[in-house]
Amino acid sequence: MPPVEQPVVNAVISVLVENETGALGRVIGLFSGRGYNIDSLTVAPVEDGRNRSRINIATSGTPMIIEQIKAQLDRLVPVHRVSDLTQEGPHVAREMALVKVVSSGEARSEALRIANAFRARPIDTSVESFVFELTGATDKLDAFIELLRPLGLVEVSRTGIAAIARGSRVL
Amino acid sequence: MTAHTAEAPRAQIDDSPITPTRNGAEVLIDVLVEQGVEVIFGYPGGAVLPIYDALFKQDRIRHILVRHEQAAVHAAEGYARSTGKPGVVLVTSGPGATNAVTGLLDALMDSIPLVCLTGQVPTHVIGSDAFQEADTTGITRPCTKHNYLVKSGNDLARVVHEAFHVATSGRPGPVVVDLPKDVVVAPAPYLSRPTRPHRSYQPQRTPDPAAIAEAVALLRTAERPLIYVGGGVINAGPEASAALRRFVALTGFPVTSTLMGLGAIDADDASFIGMLGMHGAYEANLATHGCDVLLNIGARFDDRVTGRLDAFSPDSRKIHIDIDPSSINKIVRVAVPVVADARLAIEALIDAWGEATPKPDIAPWWRQIDAWRAIDSLAISQPEGEDAVIKPQYAIRRLYEMTRASGRDTFISTEVGQHQMWAAQHFGFDRPNRWLTSGGLGTMGYGLPAAAGAQIAHPEALCIDIAGEASILMNIQELGTLAQYRLPVKIFILNNRYMGMVRQWQELLHGSRYSESYSDALPDFVKLAESFHAKGLRATKLGELDGVIAEMLAHDGPVVAEISVDEFENVFPMIPSGAAHNEMILGAAQSSQAAGITEEGMMLV
Repeated sequence: MPPVEQPVVNAVISVLVENETGALGRVIGLFSGRGYNIDSLTVAPVEDGRNRSRINIATSGTPMIIEQIKAQLDRLVPVHRVSDLTQEGPHVAREMALVKVVSSGEARSEALRIANAFRARPIDTSVESFVFELTGATDKLDAFIELLRPLGLVEVSRTGIAAIARGSRVL
Repeated sequence: MTAHTAEAPRAQIDDSPITPTRNGAEVLIDVLVEQGVEVIFGYPGGAVLPIYDALFKQDRIRHILVRHEQAAVHAAEGYARSTGKPGVVLVTSGPGATNAVTGLLDALMDSIPLVCLTGQVPTHVIGSDAFQEADTTGITRPCTKHNYLVKSGNDLARVVHEAFHVATSGRPGPVVVDLPKDVVVAPAPYLSRPTRPHRSYQPQRTPDPAAIAEAVALLRTAERPLIYVGGGVINAGPEASAALRRFVALTGFPVTSTLMGLGAIDADDASFIGMLGMHGAYEANLATHGCDVLLNIGARFDDRVTGRLDAFSPDSRKIHIDIDPSSINKIVRVAVPVVADARLAIEALIDAWGEATPKPDIAPWWRQIDAWRAIDSLAISQPEGEDAVIKPQYAIRRLYEMTRASGRDTFISTEVGQHQMWAAQHFGFDRPNRWLTSGGLGTMGYGLPAAAGAQIAHPEALCIDIAGEASILMNIQELGTLAQYRLPVKIFILNNRYMGMVRQWQELLHGSRYSESYSDALPDFVKLAESFHAKGLRATKLGELDGVIAEMLAHDGPVVAEISVDEFENVFPMIPSGAAHNEMILGAAQSSQAAGITEEGMMLV
């Protein structure tokens, strides 16, 4: 069976790891060392009593590469569980962006109107600037940022996605 | 001096520390003893002085002083591969740890169980660029199966026990435990080996019965089956090789082996059709190309084996048994994946196949294989006469025949290059764990320390390093280790005055421009041996070869035998890079074919 060129797909992978020194480094080193993509990566402790962190990785590759990524992650010693949220059923993924706009006059009011339409909250305001907070799917954040670009957008800070399966399924 | 031995404190209940009365270094030794460690290969230095002090005050573990930390790791690999037990290494911080890195990666690539204890600067100065400080866990992370930095004496015993578990279970590999000096100086509690399973690391060993049933169903339909075995069968223990032989006897299927799998099946077994891959036998590669069902047991479709991927075994349905799920569908898509220990999987195959099942009729396939065999792709053309130049392949064949005639248990290590391939082609192995070679990483300088490690484990056995004159110089300092411990290792140097494999590729791919591959200014190996208290021998023509081998085998101390061989002999057969298995070059007469190698092929290694 000669390898067939496969299409590149996106995947969101959640990993439950023992919260120990170097665990994140192992995950990141795995991606850089084997040439896999990281589109975004988030990590935070999630189970206080059990000392575990959850890493959410948005990645892309052929289905064979995505399978490899999961197998490679799964064999890391501190990794408890690996779940491909994209493949294992519907999931929700959200990220937050803080977006700074410096402008005045019509551009400033247009920025505020767009923020309202996106339900972004101004969380800091000065005479010539806004910082908007927006939570949502990655493409919604992308669209928001694109719209603000001509309206004085100067800085963006994004969290990367947190993702979880829909329904009663758990990692 | 060893008064503490008998009354070494032991915790009554798992994970319940008792009041520590012994320092971390002494506790470390206790843990190693509980893990069954008998030998440590190491080299002292500032950060590990407390551990060396604890070693001095005991007699339960033997320490072998090497002459370079890289050699400590290779010696531990030789020890591990020849015994099936984990090898243990002890090196100091900074340069001690960085010198060990090549060996660690070598062990990772070849799945050799090791625990490497590295010294570290005290915890309170970590990060300050202290003397002999290195970020050892950072540096070794991609070179180990796992690594640990022990930040507190309370974690010491638990972590070291865990390191042995990780190194030896699942797919074996090297594990580093980085030990800051203050942790081994301060008192630490002893903990026994844990009985609970690891929190997150629980590799699957037993095969899924459904996958085994599917594999057997596929094997029963095969008209042109082939079994392809790798180092996983060796790593699964001698019982795995025994099970393989039963399965082969039961089915009558042909078997080929990777470089790392040699010895899993008896080289003389009629079902064994030789090593496959870049320098594999013609019949093995043509059978791989032509088979309709390929059963891979413990091999990983390495690029040395597959050649051009889109032409690799194009008409076969593939079964892949591997203990590492990430090895499956990594390079070659398979129809039936089986995650399991090789022994358990083969035994399950035998059960599912049925001991009473008659052998399937695959006579036409065997006729085809026998026709390929008749080509005799490994034939040696040794000119006759006392003064004839020695062909390197012939030297190895004679070494094989004469060691075999001696009846002694023989362990062969190699360096890396042409001599390694010739050894793989012409030295036959009837048992597992007798062949020690650097397969995945291809580390020149592996063979001498590996042979030393094997000799430590098997004092009565015949341990021979088949070497080239270039490779041997990469860890030649280990002649000192042989002398100190009176290790009767035999070093059989095939001297062709070139880094032969480099030269071969330059000849085939780079217009015979032998850039920097000539072994200039070589030492006098006989005098070199003598200066290290070993026996030095030399054969320069055919008439001297048997005498030198006989004298080497008869001497009960270390020997360096330099065999001057034909300078321009190349390793054939060969699948040129970027070519398919059915495009092999059989010999020099055909090597002009290599000129047809595409630019794409030239970019491959």
